Amino acid sequence: MRKIYLDNAATTPVDPEVFAAMKPYFMARFGNASTPYSWGQEARKAVDKSREQVAKALGAKPKEIIFTSCATESINLAHKGLVEGVNSQKPHIITSQVEHRAVLETCKHLEKLGMAQVTYLPVDKYGLVKVADVEKAIKPETVLVSVMYINNEAGTIQPIKEIGGLLAKVNQSRDKRIYFHTDATQAIQYLDCNVDKLGVDLLSLSGHKLYAPKGIGVLYIRKGTPLVRQQDGGGQEYRLRAGTENVPYIVALGKAIELVTKGQRDRVTKTQRLRDRLIKGVLKIPDVELTGHPSKSAPHIASFVVKGAEGESMLLLLSDKGVAASSGSACTSGLLKPSHVLTAMGYKPQEAHGSLRFSLGKSNTQEEIDYVIKVLPGVIKRLRRMAPKGI
Amino acid sequence: MADFEELYSKKVMAHIRRPKNMGEIKNPDGVATVGNPVCGDIMRLFIKVKNNKISDIKFQTLGCGAAIATSSMITTMVKGKPLSEAKKITKKAIAEALGGLPPVKMHCSVLAADALHKAIADYKKKR
Repeated sequence: MRKIYLDNAATTPVDPEVFAAMKPYFMARFGNASTPYSWGQEARKAVDKSREQVAKALGAKPKEIIFTSCATESINLAHKGLVEGVNSQKPHIITSQVEHRAVLETCKHLEKLGMAQVTYLPVDKYGLVKVADVEKAIKPETVLVSVMYINNEAGTIQPIKEIGGLLAKVNQSRDKRIYFHTDATQAIQYLDCNVDKLGVDLLSLSGHKLYAPKGIGVLYIRKGTPLVRQQDGGGQEYRLRAGTENVPYIVALGKAIELVTKGQRDRVTKTQRLRDRLIKGVLKIPDVELTGHPSKSAPHIASFVVKGAEGESMLLLLSDKGVAASSGSACTSGLLKPSHVLTAMGYKPQEAHGSLRFSLGKSNTQEEIDYVIKVLPGVIKRLRRMAPKGI
Repeated sequence: MADFEELYSKKVMAHIRRPKNMGEIKNPDGVATVGNPVCGDIMRLFIKVKNNKISDIKFQTLGCGAAIATSSMITTMVKGKPLSEAKKITKKAIAEALGGLPPVKMHCSVLAADALHKAIADYKKKR
């Protein structure tokens, strides 16, 4: 049976070129980057090179890049480290209701400890945060605004540059600067993530969404941002993240980010074309609605709500046809709650029940998309036939 | 690729792929619709009763794999059985007959048992 992977927003396979680059650092070049002899210096050189590759992709300086284990860790460090570093009474954070759980749970944790007060901005039906809402939420105690670049579930692109511009203006007349964090995990492959153009002070990303392995992430920290490290120990990563450097994975991330930023424009065009073809095909099925913004959306995400068919059941029957996708329905969450993103966008639990998301990657083909368009109507029809009538 | 056999037992998968007694009974002797507002699943059971036995039973379900499998399973467990016996079906018995369910999905079998008990109550009320 053919297998079609359309869950690239969840994770991606390691690129063969990336794998080839990281491989020598497991055995032949196994040194600890903190040691002075040749093994160590070889490792150090590799880590430095990767840091330069990441810095180049973000338009940052290598010293502003630190490696972590994943975007979740980067996000934890950015929020907790800044709150600790700004040294102010009950600092205020502004974020949105559609952030990744890494942001939301970190904010809740800080609230619980009484270390921060948090405003969770609502979004419109497309999942968009309004810049005016950010402006209205700013208080004298505000120290951080944290909004993701691309929403991983709906694919909606947030107005990061506009929020960055707003904060730059606001900061001119403030003693205490408001810092700006964005989670660029879904964006790095497809959008310009130049930190100066965006006006961000902190940017998180993860390797495994861009063809590097799982277990490696990055936090960009603009020079001068008062951040206190959250993992104590040795002096690695400019004393901002202790622990022996994961050299092979760092090498992999450097290579991966170089590869994804190189062919960005072509990849955007190709991915978008396939995604649009998929959307067009799927919307031919009656009572299916596209979620997310019709134009301000990531090229690789196509998210729908299907009436009268439940998400997990659709995934099961699609899996039987060899197709991997994802869903934000309560039944797939493990928490028995519908996706917080769809809920924030105003979808009722029974609508989110029929959530179905496809996310494309670089190896998907038109033939694969056409296959999905061919098999999906049957899957939905079968489940709708099974459902109680007139509910 | 996500292999659902890791999540669900073989029996659950078999019921999802080939549900038993799926559909509608015209002029049922008893019918009940139950829903779980938390997860959004909805289940409807139709029964025909002859000589105090469930002579026919059909289900309609909008829900996850476990909801479909427990619906299908319960119909095979009570078809042809006396009402007195059918009433005793528990959520645990349904889950066990399916070779177990992931803990988070146990509420789906509650839904199936509820639907059956309510369909029997509906039959008794109509008589």
